[in-house]
Formats: sequence, structure tokens, C-alpha cells
Amino acid sequence: MKVTFPHMGHIYIPLRAFFTALGVEVVVPPPVSRETLSLGTRYAPEFACLPLKVNVGNFLEAARKGADTVVMAGGVGPCRFGYYAQVEQEILRDLGVNLRMVVLEPPQGHWRELWQGLRDITGGAGLREIWRAGRLAWRKLTVLDELEHEVHRARAQEGERGATTRAWQRILDQVDEAGSVPEVEEAARRGKVLLKALPRREGEAPLRIGIVGEIYTVLEPAVNLELERVLGEMGAIVERSIYLSDWVKTNLVLHSLHLRDDREEYRLAAPYLGHFVGGHGLESISWTVRYARAGFDGVIQLAPLTCMPEIVAESILPKVSRDVGIPVLTFMLDEHASEVGVRTRLEAFCDLLCARRRQKEGGTAFAGVSRH
Amino acid sequence: MQAYLGIDVGSVSTNLVLLDEGGEVLTSLYLRTRGNPIRAVQEGLACVEREIPARLSIAGVGTTGSGRQLAAAMVGADAVKNEITAHAVAALSQVPAVQTVLEIGGQDSKIIILRHGVVVDFAMNTVCAAGTGSFLDRQAARLGVPIEEFGGLAVKAANPVRIAGRCAVFAESDMIHKQQLGHPVEDIVAGLCQALVRNYLNNVAKGKEIRSPILFQGGVAANVGMRRAFEEALGRAVTVPAHHAVMGALGAAQLARRAVADGSPSRFQGFDVSRWRFQVASRSCSGCANQCEVVEIRAGDRVLARWGDRCGRWSLTGEAAGR
Ligand code: SF4
Repeated sequence: MKVTFPHMGHIYIPLRAFFTALGVEVVVPPPVSRETLSLGTRYAPEFACLPLKVNVGNFLEAARKGADTVVMAGGVGPCRFGYYAQVEQEILRDLGVNLRMVVLEPPQGHWRELWQGLRDITGGAGLREIWRAGRLAWRKLTVLDELEHEVHRARAQEGERGATTRAWQRILDQVDEAGSVPEVEEAARRGKVLLKALPRREGEAPLRIGIVGEIYTVLEPAVNLELERVLGEMGAIVERSIYLSDWVKTNLVLHSLHLRDDREEYRLAAPYLGHFVGGHGLESISWTVRYARAGFDGVIQLAPLTCMPEIVAESILPKVSRDVGIPVLTFMLDEHASEVGVRTRLEAFCDLLCARRRQKEGGTAFAGVSRH
Repeated sequence: MQAYLGIDVGSVSTNLVLLDEGGEVLTSLYLRTRGNPIRAVQEGLACVEREIPARLSIAGVGTTGSGRQLAAAMVGADAVKNEITAHAVAALSQVPAVQTVLEIGGQDSKIIILRHGVVVDFAMNTVCAAGTGSFLDRQAARLGVPIEEFGGLAVKAANPVRIAGRCAVFAESDMIHKQQLGHPVEDIVAGLCQALVRNYLNNVAKGKEIRSPILFQGGVAANVGMRRAFEEALGRAVTVPAHHAVMGALGAAQLARRAVADGSPSRFQGFDVSRWRFQVASRSCSGCANQCEVVEIRAGDRVLARWGDRCGRWSLTGEAAGR
């Protein structure tokens, strides 16, 4: 059996570690490219949202590399994500592609099914083995999320353009190669040293921009047109409302033990939105409030075109933005999103934020001309 | 005498503006890009060169528009700016108190909200063709009305026809339908202007607070029918600045002036650029799994700029174009 899974940011690293540790052969799909997208858009329904199309592209490319089994997460709640796995399964079947699909539903109390699914893939691994593999994968995930914070900081002030991105790629590879928890710690330590050693540019304090929105478009750089890298290279520090490790913690662990605490989310969003709308719609609101209070310069909302929870949030955000005094820029992304158009808007947004900051500081603002 | 050159390279038009030291427009040019931005920029430079007095020297060059990187690499620019900021800068230079900029160009349209001389919000439409100049051009051609007369005709309408303006396809078929019903052409033309304005206000300007003074810029602003339709829809006066069709280039020239204000020498390569031979090539890099499409522009055997790579391994734009 050769297992594959969809791409979403660097999730391939912990997933590869997890299955490899359980003795399962893994085929990581090639990084999301134009080819992936064109495969996905050819075979997925036109009005499906972008993540589904990219998933299908990933699976087909992985099948070419010899994968025969797909592991896919299921979902619940008022969002189409819940049907992804089923729809994808149908598409693959119609295409006559020989891929078996194993859907792992989030437990929410149904531990048995998840357990069954895992045993199925691993050919009956024991609890202890699964625990050990999970621990390795979890450590890789948390280490990468920690380091990515540093990467965002470093990139906004890098002395040599692209140096941080190259260092980050090295770190990703080293963490990917680590075969045990101590090796992961060692890779993390070296990664920190590597980032610290990067030459820095002096100058005014970088802009700080918070990213909110739908999880997949926030986490997968290939579909958000590398928004974080582009902003970083323009001299802005980005921070995301969603990191995978947090998501796993709240949704897979706390939620299933009924320990999830989202009172804070609800409290901050309450003046604008009083109930769960699926996906991360509520979080997009509450995080915008949070970023404003933390003194961020701006917020960017990301979502696939037609994403219902984020459309709800989008219609509310102008009011939030006025109330808490933070500019918000929204991108609804699909396969037609152009790099040029996104870049233009990001540049203009940074100009706007710089001018605003200067005006606040009592300086003279020349129509938002920044140093970017 | 010193002057500042601004170049705005869009997918439909390429505009150039020459500013004197006092910020007054000396020359302005409006050219069709016709899918060949390099040629358009070269033609524009050749025209400007012919028009200017010999003792004039170019102290700074700025580029903007979707082809700003390419143009910057070609001419050696001191400032490279997105078209939203460039348009805002230009609007402020014409009407310092401006609070709203409505802009409809050939291929896209935008709205810029300013307060106290600073951009506080903006939106840009790049997908919907029903809200752009190209669409208006095409409909004028279909009705057999020269685009220059289009606006004048619209103003004469007694009973503008309501046309569905949700998208270009709907608007077009609805317009044909109204034509077949025998409505007078001026009523259809006026209806079309209203549909375009409705489309703009619903898709681009939605949720934005439009305050006066309002400037209407872009190629479409020449159309009095469109201006009238905006004024009716907003219930407020709309000003069309004198250089409305070349505001992007005007802003770029002003930004260039800012960029060299500290006395730094311009990177301008000179008007000879109009006679150089440029080659643009793109190839996919196999350095890693990303397979970036790297674009390279050369003049002879000199590489002027490269872009498109994610890792920074190839790009020279930062240095070459002086971001
Ligand atoms: S340009 Fe850089 S990131 Fe892109 S494929 Fe080549 S090596 Fe990889």
C-alpha cells in the first residue's frame, strides 16, 4: 500500500512522519503547481470551491507517482468541506483512477471509527505504535509552527531578498528528514540558529498584518499566491489566526474530549455575530478585533470564492473595521486569481497602512507612499 | 530645465506624462498597448523625445500599471508603484481635498477612499468586464456610434432604457433585445451608462462611504454620459480632472519626483531606449520542485531584470528597478 494525502502548507511533513513511523509507504504529491491546478479544474465541478480542485489535482499527481490509497479528513458543520471526501471519491471513480479513499472523520466522540480507519491503513497497528508515531508527527508540527513565526519576523527585515525563504526551505527539509523526537529538537535548534544568523536590514519598524479567513486558503501558499512571502518581502510581518497545531489541538483533541474553550472567540465576535456560521467565519471576526486591540496595522481576509462562512464574515467586517479602527482587505480566491492583481492590491494596502501609521505618529503622509 | 517622466503600462493603454519642476503637465500621451507593452513604451518615448525642447533633462522616471516592472526594467525607473497609489497621488495633486476617486479604465476599475489626504480604503475590480471601458467601446461599435459621440448622445436621452448590467453577457443580450424593440439609440446609450454605473457601484464601490469631493478618472471619464449617470446615481457633483485619462502616469511622474527629491541621480537610461532591441524570454526553472516560471528581459546580451521566482535565486528586479 502506498498512501498519499492532500497538500496544505507543510502538513505533508508530520503526515509523512506519522505514516512512515507506522511502516506505511508514503507518496507525497508534488508541490502544488499550475499543473496541479489545471488537473483539478479539469476534473472537478466548476462551482466547487478551490480547495477541492487542488485536492483532486494532488491525488491525480500522486497516483502518477504510484500512490494507491488516499487519506482524507472528513468534516462536519454547515460547510461544503464535509462532502469533499465523498465528492472526490466519486470523481476519482469516474476517472477510473485506481485510488482507494480512506476518510478519517474528526472523532467528536466517535473514537472507534477513527481507530478503525487507522488500523485499516496500517494493517492493524497497535495503540502504542500509533501513539509513538503521533508523538513524532505532533512534535514536527509544533516545531514548524514555532519556527514559522520566526520566519515571518525575519523575512520582513531580511537584508538579502529571498534569504529567509531559502533558509526556511532548508529547515523544512531538515525537520522532514528527522527520524525521532530528539532529531526533531536538534533540527529545530539548528533552524533557530540559521534564522538568527541571517543578515538584517535596519529601518523603521515593519508593518504588522494579521491574516484571517478560511483554513485552507490561509495555510496553502500555492493557492493564496504566496501572500505571506510577498508581504514579508514588502517589509511586513504577518501573523496568522490559524496555525495547524492550534487547529489540531482545538478540533481533534479538545473538541473530541468536549474540552474546547471558545468562549473568547464568541465574546469578541458577539457584538457583530452571535452564532457559529461554519468554517472560520466567526473567528475571522473575533481575530480582527483581537488584532486591532493588539496594535496591528491591518488585517487580510482570505477565502475561496463562494465560501459561505467567509462571505458572512466579509459582509460584517466593514463595520468591525470601522468600530475597532483597523483596515481590512479581502481576497476571494479561485483558479483565476492573478498574481499581478493580488500583488497590486497588497502593495497598495501596505502603502495605505504606512501612510496611516505616519499620520498617527503626526508625521507628514504623502498619499501613502511607503518604502516598499 | 528638469522634468519628470511617468509611464503607466496597462493591458489596454500605455500612457506617458512629462511634468515640469512645478508639477505642471508638459506633455501627455495616450497609446494603445495592443498586446505589446515593449513597443508601446518605446513608441511613447520616441514621441516624447520629439516633443520636448533640447535643454530639458529628465531628472526622474516612475512607472505604474500592470506592466510597471517590465517598463521599469526597460527605462531604468526611480519609482515603481502600483496603480492604486499612483492614481491616489495624482488625484491629490489635482484636488487636495479629494475624498473619493472613481476610476474606470480599459480593463479594470477601482475606487479609492481618501480622508485627510491619505488613502484609507480601496477596491479593485479585475474580473467583471461589464464595468470597464472596453465593454463600452464594444457596445458603441455595435450600435454604430463613434465612442467620442457616445456620451453626448446619452445626455440627450429623454427616457433612458433600463438595461441589465449584472455582467457583460447579460448587458449585451439585454441591449440587443431593447434595440430590437425599437428604442431610440440615445435612450439605449443612456441606459447603458446607467447600467455601467450601477454595476460599478454594486460590485466595486459596495460598502464604501462615498464622500465629496468626488473625482472621476480613467479613459471612460471623458464620457459625459457616464459622468451624468454617476451624478444622478450618487446625487452629488462629480469632477472630471483635466488629465483624467493619464492620471496613473501623472501619479507615477510625481512619485518619481519624490524619489529623487533627496538629490539622488536618476536611473533613466535615456531616450535611446526607444531604439534598443529588447528580448523577453520565460522558462521554467528546474532548481527545485516549485518549477517557477522565470521571466527575463534583456537588451542585447545584458540582462535587465528577472522575476517570477519564489526563492529569489533569479530575480534582479529589486536592484535593477529600484523598488
Ligand atoms: S526559481 Fe527557485 S523556487 Fe523557483 S523552481 Fe527555481 S529554485 Fe525553485
